[in-house]
Amino acid sequence: MKNPEEKTTFNQQLEKWQDQVSSMDKRPGSFTTISGVPLKPLYTPLDLEKLDFEADLGLPGSYPYTRGVQDNMYRGRYWTMRQFSGFGDAFDSNRRYRYLLEQGQTGLSVAFDLPTIMGYDSDHERSLGEVGRCGVAIDSLEDMEVLFSRIPLDQVTTSMTINGPAAIIWCMYLANAQNQGVGLHQVGGTIQNDILKEYIAQKSWIFPPDPSMRLITDILAFAADHVPKWNTISISGYHIREAGSTAVQELAFTLADGFAYVEAGIAAGLNVDTFAPRLSFFFNAHLDFFEEICKYRAARRIWARHLKERYGAKDPRSLKLRFHTQTAGCSLTAQEPENNIVRTTLEALSAVLGGTQSLHTNSMDEVLALPTEKAVTIALRTQQIIAHESGVANTIDPLAGSYFVEALTNQMEEEAEAYFERIEKLGGVLKAIDCGFFQQEIADAAYLFQQAVDKQERIVVGVNRFNSDDKPQIELLKIDPAVEKKQVERLKKLREKRDNNAVSNALNDLRIAAKTNENLVPKILTAVKCYATGGEIVALLKEVFGEYREKPLF
Amino acid sequence: MSSKKIRVLVAKPGLDGHDRGAKVVARALRDAGMEVIYTGLHQTPEQVAETALQEDVEVVGLSILSGAHMTLVPKIKRLLVENSMKEVLLVVGGIISEEDAGALITAGDADQVFTPGDSLDKICEYINGRFA
Amino acid sequence: MQQLVEELLNGNRRAAARLITLVENDDRQKTELLQAIYPHTGQAYVVGITGAPGSGKSSLVDKLLQEARAEGLSAGVIAVDPTSPFSGGAILGDRIRMQDHALDQEIFIRSMGTRGSLGGLSRATREAIQVLDAFGKDLILVETVGVGQSEVDIVKTADSTIVVLTPAGGDSVQTLKAGIMEIADLFVINKADLPGIERTVTEINMMLDMKNGAPWRPAVIPTVSIRGEGIEALWSALKEHRHYLEESGHLAEVRLKRVRRELTEQVEYLVKSRIWEEVKEKILLEELFEKIARREKDPYSSACELLDSIKFFEQKS
Repeated sequence: MKNPEEKTTFNQQLEKWQDQVSSMDKRPGSFTTISGVPLKPLYTPLDLEKLDFEADLGLPGSYPYTRGVQDNMYRGRYWTMRQFSGFGDAFDSNRRYRYLLEQGQTGLSVAFDLPTIMGYDSDHERSLGEVGRCGVAIDSLEDMEVLFSRIPLDQVTTSMTINGPAAIIWCMYLANAQNQGVGLHQVGGTIQNDILKEYIAQKSWIFPPDPSMRLITDILAFAADHVPKWNTISISGYHIREAGSTAVQELAFTLADGFAYVEAGIAAGLNVDTFAPRLSFFFNAHLDFFEEICKYRAARRIWARHLKERYGAKDPRSLKLRFHTQTAGCSLTAQEPENNIVRTTLEALSAVLGGTQSLHTNSMDEVLALPTEKAVTIALRTQQIIAHESGVANTIDPLAGSYFVEALTNQMEEEAEAYFERIEKLGGVLKAIDCGFFQQEIADAAYLFQQAVDKQERIVVGVNRFNSDDKPQIELLKIDPAVEKKQVERLKKLREKRDNNAVSNALNDLRIAAKTNENLVPKILTAVKCYATGGEIVALLKEVFGEYREKPLF
Repeated sequence: MSSKKIRVLVAKPGLDGHDRGAKVVARALRDAGMEVIYTGLHQTPEQVAETALQEDVEVVGLSILSGAHMTLVPKIKRLLVENSMKEVLLVVGGIISEEDAGALITAGDADQVFTPGDSLDKICEYINGRFA
Repeated sequence: MQQLVEELLNGNRRAAARLITLVENDDRQKTELLQAIYPHTGQAYVVGITGAPGSGKSSLVDKLLQEARAEGLSAGVIAVDPTSPFSGGAILGDRIRMQDHALDQEIFIRSMGTRGSLGGLSRATREAIQVLDAFGKDLILVETVGVGQSEVDIVKTADSTIVVLTPAGGDSVQTLKAGIMEIADLFVINKADLPGIERTVTEINMMLDMKNGAPWRPAVIPTVSIRGEGIEALWSALKEHRHYLEESGHLAEVRLKRVRRELTEQVEYLVKSRIWEEVKEKILLEELFEKIARREKDPYSSACELLDSIKFFEQKS
């Protein structure tokens, strides 16, 4: 489209083509993304007229990082294949982790059970029936030692999905690393530690927002000084999406949370460049192939722009949005579970084409239970086939320049910015959470989606269309109820054999410190090293901080 | 407007925090003309039973995605019976295998189990059908 | 049903729940039931709490329950939420804010939808209050929707009425609906940690200054309900109001007025129901409506005709 004459000719041709298309048959259904965004039949150079290739795209590893955060991306090394995993007790999960590492997984990711996530020990009455069911039961440093037995923490990085009690679990991990002889400056990994999205979507909160933010800034500060390789927050959109949001909402709400953490860190007196480089992100990879790719690219660009222009970050590492991706659990079906392998493959591919640093692929049976060894192996192989056989990782950001992809990336950025404005008007993220803004948007989107499925406006293969009558039985993972008994027994023994005086003193020290502005991480570290349990520490903090109560919206 | 309504308790027992389904179902039931009392998250079985009692509901709907249903559902059923609410319709939704669903229904601990893929209409029709 | 009433008076919670359902559903035996429990009502102190959605009424109720229990009082709560005019259904979620009291045997919480009552507190709600009264609750808290006329109506049912506001933040107290200022015995400004609190307090006080002569000047109390701040002051003010009502004889007056209304309404209700029942047997109403719409007849003479058809105007000998 180099000169006006060419452009006029093209416009004429386009008009003719549009008329032609309008007169032809249209297949039934709406032409929108899974989030409801309407798509044009065709995108052309005209859609990219305002695109400034240098300012908006640039090169990989250079501002604004649209094309990727590393100069060499997958030409240097593939994304980390990091399967989220955990069930039963630490012995069970340790076995599964060693299996996955043997099968070629390159990083660990820990799923904890609900009692651990909610801050209850396995022997608490609220833990009845829940121990080891959704993840691994970790009550103390002793369990952590078992969990990583024969796994060298100086060679493997670990991501831990833990939020309310993140500081405590992190300290258990660090203490275990030290016991293994690995220094805090060597150890690498991530804690999810994203409390804002808990209030918005995942709902595994414990304390109210203010003390929770305090714990987070304590972690940021401690890590900046002592654990430089650690990603202190995995600012998450995955759960927001799983709760029913659209892609743009996932993008906007996640980044808004990220900005809130940056502001909190700065307000706590930290220089943005000391902690921002270690903030990481966690996105969903849903089924609408191109929408997801555009979402990731827009995310990188938005983060870079805001960190530079609004928060004055100077270190390029502060501007680079690094992310982990998980394929969408909510897109999987209980009917015809083998179809999920296909869904996961498409979703994983979009994450790779979007430039993810790390990836978890769901197993086909995860709608029904935690994955069997067979199912998780297929999920891992999916990533390995994409990496080694499909060729997509051989060139960086291959879809750049596509009229469609760049147009949609721009559009998503615009819509996200509109959301940022709305959130500002409400007084920021915490105020917006308080008045239920995010929760209402998500609930509305979830309801609309379900209605669309029920009305067959949105097809789910094998569920509301193309269903077969036969129901192939696949084997499911069963959690042995004896695990709970075993864990409770071990916990009892632990409480007997540890130095209870030391525990008592450590907890007291923590209680006193919690009422001041002191950084709590060192005190928590001391407590876990005495084998104080997670439940004991959380109960103490609940006394000081209180408990959060939600305001539910529909 | 007629004054008789079907009152339904939608409850999230246990530690599971996934409420997308429960909320979507609550909304659908409301749109179908029922009165829905929503308990909020992290309910103990005792809280669920007591709420059912005070609200005098005809239907209790439990949403459980944590795998703890074989412990929670029978417990809640037992408490309802103790509270003289044996005839209350008890339906369950969430991540429940066919095998477990069958077991709960056979044991009389649940009247019906809904799982991923079941439409909102199906749920509303089932409840309305039981009170026609 | 007799058994249910007995159980209610003996403190059986299931009976209370069942009886509230019966009044809500306008059960055939409702009148008999209300008759049976009436002698046992009149003991409870009724507090109405109204205010805009999102003002934090439920968490205030939660905290007031704590105060009540600390003094050994038993309490009932009726939490009213709007029924959808389209579907006739409702989502009742107020009790979530009252979790702490879920298992306290001395507290009974019931959620009710407005069920299409045209503004105002529905009969069913008022009758439910009577059930909880007979049940033996010392204190009954009624939390209403806070839009439309229900706010004004609550005054007629409650002994003390609390109006909950939040700091102005732009809108001024001036824009509040007429009637709101008149009905409050106490003003609570919740979320007092938000900007605009001083201004809101000042504005309300200025408005109150302009009303001279009233013997009770409504207290104005800032609170942050989720943190429990200001609750003690609110509870004291509530007790003060009750004390004032009792000492001045005002309470007796108010309750007499309420009784008058109850009787009047019941008579009118019976008369209305009876008349329409009889009319429907004699006249095809749909046809009549259409004739009136076509101006072939008019409502005024038609009304007399209807009543004539059931011999309403004839003297009873």
